This record gives sequence, structure tokens and C-alpha cells, in this order.
Amino acid sequence: MQKMYSGISRSEHVNENLVPKEETIKFLLDYSKALSVINYNKLKFEALLN
Amino acid sequence: MFCKLFKSTVMIKKESTDAQLVSAYMNGNEQAISELITRHKQKIYSFIYSKVFDRDISEDIFQDTFIKVINTLKRGAYNEEGKFIPWVMRISHNLVIDHFRKNNRMPKFENNTDFNIFSVLHDGSLNAEKSMIKKQVEGDLKKIIQELPDDQKEVLLMRIYKEMSFKDISEKTGVSINTALGRMRYALINLRKVIDKHNIVLTN
Repeated sequence: MQKMYSGISRSEHVNENLVPKEETIKFLLDYSKALSVINYNKLKFEALLN
Repeated sequence: MFCKLFKSTVMIKKESTDAQLVSAYMNGNEQAISELITRHKQKIYSFIYSKVFDRDISEDIFQDTFIKVINTLKRGAYNEEGKFIPWVMRISHNLVIDHFRKNNRMPKFENNTDFNIFSVLHDGSLNAEKSMIKKQVEGDLKKIIQELPDDQKEVLLMRIYKEMSFKDISEKTGVSINTALGRMRYALINLRKVIDKHNIVLTN
């Protein structure tokens, strides 16, 4: 019975050391390198290069 | 040359402000976005996780947040006013709201070790096989009922299929309640006899 009322609140579950996975970071960096914005006559085109 | 490059990278990591990094990135320095992400990933990821409480969803929202950041910066559509982090947090906050809106339209129940939603919720409808068997059983039962004497059959149909009370049955058939009860009793006894005699299985 005590357990039902003395659980850790959800906010305390948030660990201070939470970080995204390495692969997520790598994806973002690769995406950034691959993304190229081309300006043409006041228009901006996005292109993903391999 | 290499030393010079190496030195500038170190300088970016240790001393640059967010504003300088944003500016460097907008001028094509890819190292700058890496430093910005490394610098703020824990704060942003924890913020997202504190709202959604799911590692996978947090990863997705974190990724979408920085895709928006990268797109905006590369397009030169960002006005640096020293508010990089509040801006990124606002993007992630909006994506969290989008996530909950989407989930509200399509609620999802998650099971964990303590509680399984299917322990209290089950699909009461029969599967194809069982519904076919049910139809067969009901059909067989109707045929057997047809074999009963008319007075018993009448009472049984009124009681079981029309869900009438014995008082109503007695009024409708013009017999006393006790007679109606007796007919019902004999109807059931006779049904059992027929079922036993022909070894009919009436279970689903």
C-alpha cells in the first residue's frame, strides 16, 4: 500500500545526464554537411548532396 | 596550415560564444554546428525528455529540432540576437506540442511491466470460427425447439426469445402463472432429453 503512495514522481525520473544517442548527433552533422542552399534570383533552393 | 586549422578549432570549442558559432556556421564552418550541438545537447534533450518521458520520441524530437535549426541557419533566415538557446528551446517546445496533438488524435496505450492494458481490456467480439459455431448452435437449438409440443414451445419462445415475464405470458396465453411455469419446466426437460438422446453438442 505504501508503495502506491510513495513512488518517485515523474519529474524526478529525469536524469541530469540524459543525452541523445551518438548516431543522432552523427546524423545531424552529416545532414548539415550534405545540405546546401542555393540562392537563385531571390529564391532559395535546398539540395541534399551525397 | 594544419596547426593553424587545429588552433582555430580549439578556439571555437573553448572560447566562442553561441553567437560567434552561429555566425561561423552561417559562413560555412561545419565545425561550429558540431560544437553548438555538443554544448547544448544535454539541456535540450533533457528538456524534451522531461515532457515526453520516452527515449525514442525524445531522440526524434531532438533530431527534428536541429534539422529545423540547420535549415534556418543555412538559409540565412536567422537573426542572431544572442538568443540562440531560447530559440532552439522554443522550436523543441513547439515540436513537443505537435507530438502531443498528434497523439491525442490517435491515443496510444503503452504497456510496462507493472500494468498491461490488455489485462483489463479485451475484445469481446467472437472470431470468425467462433461466430460460425455460434450460428450453428443457435440454428440447431431452434430446430430442436420446433419439435416441442405447441403449448411448451409457445411459453419457451415467449420467455427466452421475447424475454416476457411469466405474468405477461400467463395473461397472453390465458393460463395461470403456475401452468406457464410448469410448461416452461417441461419444455426444458424435453429439450434436454432430445439433446441427450441424439448426442447433440450445443457448446461453443
